[in-house]
Amino acid sequence: MDANSIKIVKPTNVIIKNPLKLLSGKVLSEYKLKYETYGSLNSDKSNAVLICHALSGNHHVAGYYEGDDKPGWWNNMIGPGKPIDTDKLFIVCVNNLGGCHGSTGPTSINPITNKIYGSDFPMMTVSDWVESQKELMDVLKIPFWKFVVGGSLGGMQALQWSFQYPKLIHNCIAIAAAPKLTAQNIAFNEIARQAIMKDPNWHNGNYLEKGVMPNQGLSLARMLGHITYLSDESMREKFGRDLKNSKLGFNYDVEFQIESYLRYQGEKFVTGFDANTYLLMTKSLDYFDPVKDMSDNLIKNLCECKSNFLIVSFTSDWRFPPKRSKEIVKLLLDNKRNVSYSEISAEGGHDAFLMDNKDYFDVMASFIMESSNGI
Amino acid sequence: MAFRKDLLLISSWIKPNTKVLDLGCGNGELLKILKQEKNISGYGIDNDIDNIKLSLKNNVNVLQIDLDNGLEDFEFEYFDYVVLAQSLQVIKNPKELLNQMLRIGKEIIVSFPNMGHWSSRIQLLTSGIMPVTGNLPYSWHDTPNIHLCTIKDFLIFCEKNDFEILEKNITDNNQRCNLFTKLMPNLFGQIATFRIK
Repeated sequence: MDANSIKIVKPTNVIIKNPLKLLSGKVLSEYKLKYETYGSLNSDKSNAVLICHALSGNHHVAGYYEGDDKPGWWNNMIGPGKPIDTDKLFIVCVNNLGGCHGSTGPTSINPITNKIYGSDFPMMTVSDWVESQKELMDVLKIPFWKFVVGGSLGGMQALQWSFQYPKLIHNCIAIAAAPKLTAQNIAFNEIARQAIMKDPNWHNGNYLEKGVMPNQGLSLARMLGHITYLSDESMREKFGRDLKNSKLGFNYDVEFQIESYLRYQGEKFVTGFDANTYLLMTKSLDYFDPVKDMSDNLIKNLCECKSNFLIVSFTSDWRFPPKRSKEIVKLLLDNKRNVSYSEISAEGGHDAFLMDNKDYFDVMASFIMESSNGI
Repeated sequence: MAFRKDLLLISSWIKPNTKVLDLGCGNGELLKILKQEKNISGYGIDNDIDNIKLSLKNNVNVLQIDLDNGLEDFEFEYFDYVVLAQSLQVIKNPKELLNQMLRIGKEIIVSFPNMGHWSSRIQLLTSGIMPVTGNLPYSWHDTPNIHLCTIKDFLIFCEKNDFEILEKNITDNNQRCNLFTKLMPNLFGQIATFRIK
């Protein structure tokens, strides 16, 4: 166990009984949110931080579960003395609605039909997530977020927070994000969805009722996604053209290390992730376009937003490359907001936002430390 | 850390409650002091990650952008002042950058080391090699300073491009003016600072 890590953590559940009106027009009459918190809320409630997770992430951001030797997904960033310092800050992370790690989602029971939601679970958008997280904020009696932080899809949620509740956020950190997806981004997502929906076990999304799983499709979707998270350089460095065995087999078995790695990633993923959630998350990414959705409201809200923004990108990220982050910067500059931007030299591709990198961590720590003066 | 003397002059030229862009902002000290003393808002631009960290620690907005890629992201007259302190000589296309600065700023402030200073002239004349001075300590092959000019060069350039000089200040390295820098600025001035529109 990492000596500077938060130790044992436990998730909490809350049932929200306020009906949630979704962007699609549908309504979730009640729902469960699963979340974790680290550190403690100070007496004037000025140190709360919301961490937004990415496509396949969840509420387990840092620390260890009892008996588990693998920490939360951002344990390197969050903890005592780390850039997001749990000695000073109170961290909240919630499993997005529609997820498959404890919050209400496609694998939950629909209270109206008493059956598993499956494909009946309504489509979620980034703004719906913000609304649900606002409910949790009220439950926890948090008056404002000192920071809202996220990478990738989580970065988009952080931005959406500042657009949707401009007065409730003091600092926004969006890492490896984009103001909207490109045609190429959507194309990759669509292939991933097709892989799932073409699986013979798909059953129109109601596979759980049939007692089967579209694991072939889901693992294929993950393999494809995984390639877009890595960079050409990092794949070359890690795998090159290395073979599993010394000789070519002249067949279609796993021969190259990269094939073995991708299959492993795919197979590992299906043991902990739901196919309907994967579809929903990719679709909410595709739908994200706050500038178009909110048009004049966005500009009005941004004018009210006193938040400081930190936008971070990585040189080798080709999924949401630096130029996409610069579009966010431009949007904020056009609206005369306080924004800083850093383009970190990193070989890790899109996944660099999860990896150790001195410059990246220094930038985060500098911004967070300076912005948390007075806590 | 001591405040750079040449920045004191620049900050004295900037009116309170204005918007400032500082190109090549280093550790952000100019913006920090302007924020504290004159309530200005603004951004620094630098392309060195260590300067980004230092600027963030100084609590100024800083953008990691390569100035050679231009300033298209800013709209017309977005700023009251655009500052380029002691960095003109490292820019790939100074004419283009100055034009961009004048587009996005109502006024610009530019300072640079004067290549026409007598010490540079004597070095070239007597030793026949490219001058290496305290301000410009690099050899010809490893210098980031690719567009050096003299005060006279700069004045000719301003005239050719219809840049209106509002104010100028020619000093030695310690920001001192004396009879020599007044009478023969191009021979005795080490740092030249111009306010232009």
